[in-house]
Amino acid sequence: MVIEKRQIVIPGETLVSGNEYLPGDGAYRDGGDVVAGRYGIMNIFEKHVRVIPVSGAYYPRRGNTIIGTIVDITFNGWLIDFGGAQNAFLPVAEVPRYINRNEMREYLDFGEAVVVKVWDVKSRGVDLSMKMRGFGKIEGGMIISVSPNKVPRIIGKEGSMVKMIKDATGCSITVGQNGKVWISGNDSDKELATKKIIEFIVAHATITGLTEKVEKFIKKLGLKVNSPEIIAENTDGESEQNVGEDNE
Amino acid sequence: MAVKKNLYTKRESGRAMDEVRPMTAKVGVVPSADGSAIFETGKTKAIAVVRGPRTLHPQHMQNPKNGVLRVNYGMMPFSVEDRIRPGPNRRSEEISKVTEWALSSVVDLSEFPNTVVDVFIQIPQADAGTRVAGINAAAMALAHAGIPMKEMVSAIGVGKIDKSLVVDLDKYEDSLFHDGEGSTDIPMVFTSRTKNLALLQLDGKISIPEFKETIELAKKACEKILVVQMEALKNVNGENGAPKGVPLEGNNG
Amino acid sequence: MGDFIIPNLQKEKIEEFIAENKRLDGRKSDEYRKLVVKDGISENSASAVSVKFGKTEVLAGVHLALAAPYPDSQDQGTFMTNAELHPMASQQFDMGRPGIESVELARVIDRGIRESGFIDFKGLCIKEGEKVWQVFVDIVTINDDGNLLDVAGLASLIALGRARMPIYNAEEDKVEGYSDKGIPLNKDVLSFSMTFHKIGKKIVVDVSKEEEAVSEFRLTIAVGDNGGEPRITAMQKGKSGVITSEDMETILKLVESKWAEMFPKIKEFVLGK
Repeated sequence: MVIEKRQIVIPGETLVSGNEYLPGDGAYRDGGDVVAGRYGIMNIFEKHVRVIPVSGAYYPRRGNTIIGTIVDITFNGWLIDFGGAQNAFLPVAEVPRYINRNEMREYLDFGEAVVVKVWDVKSRGVDLSMKMRGFGKIEGGMIISVSPNKVPRIIGKEGSMVKMIKDATGCSITVGQNGKVWISGNDSDKELATKKIIEFIVAHATITGLTEKVEKFIKKLGLKVNSPEIIAENTDGESEQNVGEDNE
Repeated sequence: MAVKKNLYTKRESGRAMDEVRPMTAKVGVVPSADGSAIFETGKTKAIAVVRGPRTLHPQHMQNPKNGVLRVNYGMMPFSVEDRIRPGPNRRSEEISKVTEWALSSVVDLSEFPNTVVDVFIQIPQADAGTRVAGINAAAMALAHAGIPMKEMVSAIGVGKIDKSLVVDLDKYEDSLFHDGEGSTDIPMVFTSRTKNLALLQLDGKISIPEFKETIELAKKACEKILVVQMEALKNVNGENGAPKGVPLEGNNG
Repeated sequence: MGDFIIPNLQKEKIEEFIAENKRLDGRKSDEYRKLVVKDGISENSASAVSVKFGKTEVLAGVHLALAAPYPDSQDQGTFMTNAELHPMASQQFDMGRPGIESVELARVIDRGIRESGFIDFKGLCIKEGEKVWQVFVDIVTINDDGNLLDVAGLASLIALGRARMPIYNAEEDKVEGYSDKGIPLNKDVLSFSMTFHKIGKKIVVDVSKEEEAVSEFRLTIAVGDNGGEPRITAMQKGKSGVITSEDMETILKLVESKWAEMFPKIKEFVLGK
């Protein structure tokens, strides 16, 4: 029984049979079969078999770029909410310049939003860093929340999708792997249009030929499309693990 | 010695002895949840909602090696003829626990230490088989939430009504039939791939050969249920054809 | 489970948009989300319905039970509203004893229905001093995307309007199924509630979850029909922001215009064509 490459599979379903296949993320071996270990889209790449989730909560992984809000300030860092019911910790040592205890609120205050990198995921919590270029406090604009599994589709292969949106609307866009997307533009209509395009992508994320449909949608909104160089069309997220996207 | 006649040779609903009631299922019914599903068997409806993995409070309840699965089952006050007062009750607590055991047998939370995965099951309308409908919905909701699962689980209530072995007891068979040898209710949950029993309860009286037969009947019924669960999960956007059935519909206002 | 966290920039953006009479979902400040009503959620009670405003969904069901009347109203039935802000509907709701939010929601909805006189309490009397009908409205939240008050309020009204009267067998003192008649209601005093929030300098209706989190105050007003004119039957202010006289003017004008626009449709949902 051969399952089509982009088919949605359910836990316990046989994906492929044969000892030459290696079970990867979301799959496991049962005798001669490689079996789905979660619900999602099956992906086979050079005999590696994975199941890529299409729904569900965000769980932080080392190297992820995420967007969150400062909810508390301790003596040595900031606590950040990034969705769900978890908080992550940004140590004072992990920001670009030296900050002493009295300057902490001035540097990052309650309610301010930041783009940060997941540095470490320990059993007691998530540690963050903001030292690298392209990470830091974000001001102005708006944040929309999408299902984290749709993030690879919003970014597109090598950033092609998000670039297309940016060119069409003139807005800055930063996509967090936790499903938070920051949009900032000069014009509230353009910001709203960006939001609509992203929501369109999320609603149609598992369809093939998504790029074309998005182009049509952008044109329907009265905006221009610079045909992106599409490198490949797929429904997988394999290329988008670490990309911080369009940081401005 | 005369053998007593079987008083239940035809089912009150007109179904065949091994016939399951019409089923419908859909996922994604609660947009803000991490996973959600509705499962209907005849008039029994169950909504399942999954939230998690998320941090478990209080801290002393956390498990440093594994996430914790927590099930809360409840019936809505208007789901049955005699209003159920809101709040926990012993029946709901027991059902929550056996449901948790059934789902835990296939769920793998080793990647999520110190977290909890909450499964909420609520029954808007009851016509017997509520715990099994709840488990069928919960399995879909857990999958929909992306929780690692080795396989699915499917649930069915089988039983014995006087001398007949039946599949999918409705309310008449479960509570209102008292003649002859009465009614024996046996909810069972099978894992989808390994075909093992993840839940087993029995209330009534049955011989060993009859019981063995109910296991086979349950296995076959669960295969049918798995098909319904699978189609709902695979048709999540309605792209591969319209989702089977429409949830919560009656006459429209 | 915790508060709903909104970054400052989001609050500022919502207020910026509102100043231009825009909202993040493209609506205008006085625009409601799409309304979907479903009946027949449960056949085992007098009624059970689902109401959705956009993605916010609430179920409400009505049950009638036999009871003794209260000593100070021997010829009247009784009425009780119960609401569960169930954790399946939101990350922010907890299991366990009802929090103040569900208590307030139940009480505000209860008052709106009770004080309007919509339920004909005398019509619920079976035998004075001995036996009356007790009416229960049970509210269960399914998904919280803001404005649970109005959605639950409407669901309760529709559940009452569509409730079937049980058949009482006096000889055997028991209930035997449902008739196809409704429960005793004073239909012409039907009143429904609208909740207004202040965001920035504007008054907004049918808030989303984010808007609800950033508003300064909310004012719920139940309005009914008094010979073709709107008549206020209940009010409740929530949150700590203050209402200026300008705000009040704006709100009362909105009450008039929204009532004229929505009441006929609401009436049809509750009482049928």
